[in-house]
Amino acid sequence: MELILVNIIDGLVTGLLLFMLSAGLTLIFSMMGVLNFAHASFYMLGAYFAYQISIALGFWMGLLIAPLIVGVLGAGVERYGLRRVHQYGHVPELIFTFGLALLIEELVQFIWGKNQMPYSVPEILNFTAFSIAGNSIPAYKIFMIFTSVAIFIGLLYILTKTRVGMIIQAALSYPRTVEALGHNVPLIFMGVFGVGTALAGVAGVIAGPVLGTFPGMAFVLGSIVFVTIVIGGLGSLWGALVASLLIGWITTFAKSYNIQMSDILNGIGISTPENLSENVFRDLWTVTSPQIADILPYILMVLILIFRPAGLFGKRHS
Amino acid sequence: MKKITKLGAVSALSLIVGATAAFAENVKIAFIDPLSGPFASTGTNGLHQYEFAADYMVNQNGGVLDGQMFEIVPFDNKISPKESLIQLQVAIDQGIRYIAQGNSSGVANALTEAIDKHNRRNPDSRVLFLNYAAVDPALTNDKCNFWHFRFDANADIKMDALTDVMAKDEDLKKVYIIGQDYSFGKAVAAAAVDMLGKKRPDVEIVGNELHPIGKVKDFTPYSRKIVASGADAVITGNWGADMLGLGKSVIENGFEGPIYTYYAAGSGITAAFGESGKDRIRLISQGGINPIATEEARAAYEAFEAKYPEGNIDQSRIFNVIGMLEKAIEQAGTANDVVAVAKELEGMEYDSMWGGKIFMRPQDHQAIQDMHVAVHTDQNIDFDYDQSGFGILTESTVEMASMDSPTTCDMKRP
Repeated sequence: MELILVNIIDGLVTGLLLFMLSAGLTLIFSMMGVLNFAHASFYMLGAYFAYQISIALGFWMGLLIAPLIVGVLGAGVERYGLRRVHQYGHVPELIFTFGLALLIEELVQFIWGKNQMPYSVPEILNFTAFSIAGNSIPAYKIFMIFTSVAIFIGLLYILTKTRVGMIIQAALSYPRTVEALGHNVPLIFMGVFGVGTALAGVAGVIAGPVLGTFPGMAFVLGSIVFVTIVIGGLGSLWGALVASLLIGWITTFAKSYNIQMSDILNGIGISTPENLSENVFRDLWTVTSPQIADILPYILMVLILIFRPAGLFGKRHS
Repeated sequence: MKKITKLGAVSALSLIVGATAAFAENVKIAFIDPLSGPFASTGTNGLHQYEFAADYMVNQNGGVLDGQMFEIVPFDNKISPKESLIQLQVAIDQGIRYIAQGNSSGVANALTEAIDKHNRRNPDSRVLFLNYAAVDPALTNDKCNFWHFRFDANADIKMDALTDVMAKDEDLKKVYIIGQDYSFGKAVAAAAVDMLGKKRPDVEIVGNELHPIGKVKDFTPYSRKIVASGADAVITGNWGADMLGLGKSVIENGFEGPIYTYYAAGSGITAAFGESGKDRIRLISQGGINPIATEEARAAYEAFEAKYPEGNIDQSRIFNVIGMLEKAIEQAGTANDVVAVAKELEGMEYDSMWGGKIFMRPQDHQAIQDMHVAVHTDQNIDFDYDQSGFGILTESTVEMASMDSPTTCDMKRP
């Protein structure tokens, strides 16, 4: 019972981290209609910048400054890269972001090398907040939860309650009309791209100390972010949140419990074959939930695409 | 134009060669390991240690025989067995007689087969295989041959020594084994179950699982299981990002016991563990770094640090490779007849500057040496890793580990 509570907290942390990445990506996607393959690379840049700043000025300045630098970089990429490529259509844009992702990874290796960076949790948060039946919950995780929730509330407020948010939302659906009303739509696009990448940067800053700061960190998280926004529905902030939490909890619970496929099959009335080692379905019978935990989100994505192509919260408009 | 470049290159080369060894040809050692790609840092670090050891131990003392210098020739194999075979051919064509390789047992398996075949067909250009880090036990058992020498302890020897030390811990009741889902992870798990079962039948294995290699984002769920299982100790063969991710997560989430590892030091891992891994991370290794084994080793390490301030001597066995090869060549009186050199290497007893003796077992060409279980700490550390103030301190030693271990090697000698 206690373990369930612990897993809920762990899943929440994973989910909220995923949310910070997918929130920016989903906005960018719905706005420009292009998958930004380099999104996770900005997450990595956030971690590396924060590490570099934390050496000189401490963790908190890193948290403050690194996302700003990443955001400015992101805005620059939109202004001087994507906007030029945009006129040639979506495929060149896609290839551009893909190339950018590779370039950033190589650059990071070139500057910081291939080793793990000793980027660690700040001293002040390096203690156990509380423990549940011997499972300690580090204070840093609580900090991660609060930071992400604060960002979510802030984003939601800006997007739905302020003038800026309304113009952004209008520009997402009807860019021509908004332009005709006298708003600078390219500037809005650049701003959204910048904020989106800055959010990825924040995620990198706070995830770097726990998940490790190394050149492969973007690759590890890259594909799952896309899955999240497809499940949640493109362009929906709530969708991104729900999908992130769903994925966080599904993978955490699947890894924490050794559920055997044979138990499930027995449970629904199929008995284990006598001679398992020679059975064609041997691999299926011996599968355990931790082994397939990481592909469960992909299965979920396929199901969503079949039964609700617009995603959980997506509004499909043609 | 091409001709001119070639001419220039040749004359430049001959100038260099002429400058270092005026009298005789160099003894060239081909270093075939990853120098680009994801494992480049491991490969490059190894190359630096080779180059340093060759210079420091041999060349500065006037070389071997009548002034022949050791020269390390790097080849990038991108950790691919296929690429390694191409590089091996290039090395042989250049007249190189000694091949050093270590990263990945997959590569070592391919190389040892190719070298065996080559040496049978080309008695005039035979080569020796100096394996300094590939630990698959098969290389000195079923797949052994006369040309292959392993200077590292194999995976079984390491686990044997590790479990010897663990077995002495009276409070040890429950052990959790976790590793990467591929041949090496499985071999470590199998050896751990087998050896712990024999030495301490009362110890319960409360978990034995594999996770996808290089794909786990967050190890928290695994750590929860480890804590929930009530394990007193964790054994893992993880390396790279998987080692750091697992170790950090297990410690953060409330696991109190020691974590026994193979590869939890150097390449940034020591610095990244820092304070959090203190007195918790233990690893099986050879060569006494802290406390430093001999004054000779201290001088060598200091010279190495002066040359590579950011480097670590985390593979001290490389110095043994160079030292033993030098001794064998001196005793054989030739560097070109590799059969004579191999016969000197066989059964050699060598006093390592890193402490203890290295005995090259003649029946399977497996080096037998002292194994240490060291702890990650910042106390009494003379030589730290990653410039972090933290390093590994020897806690216990198994002398001449697995000296009498059986081997299935049936070696055919030329």
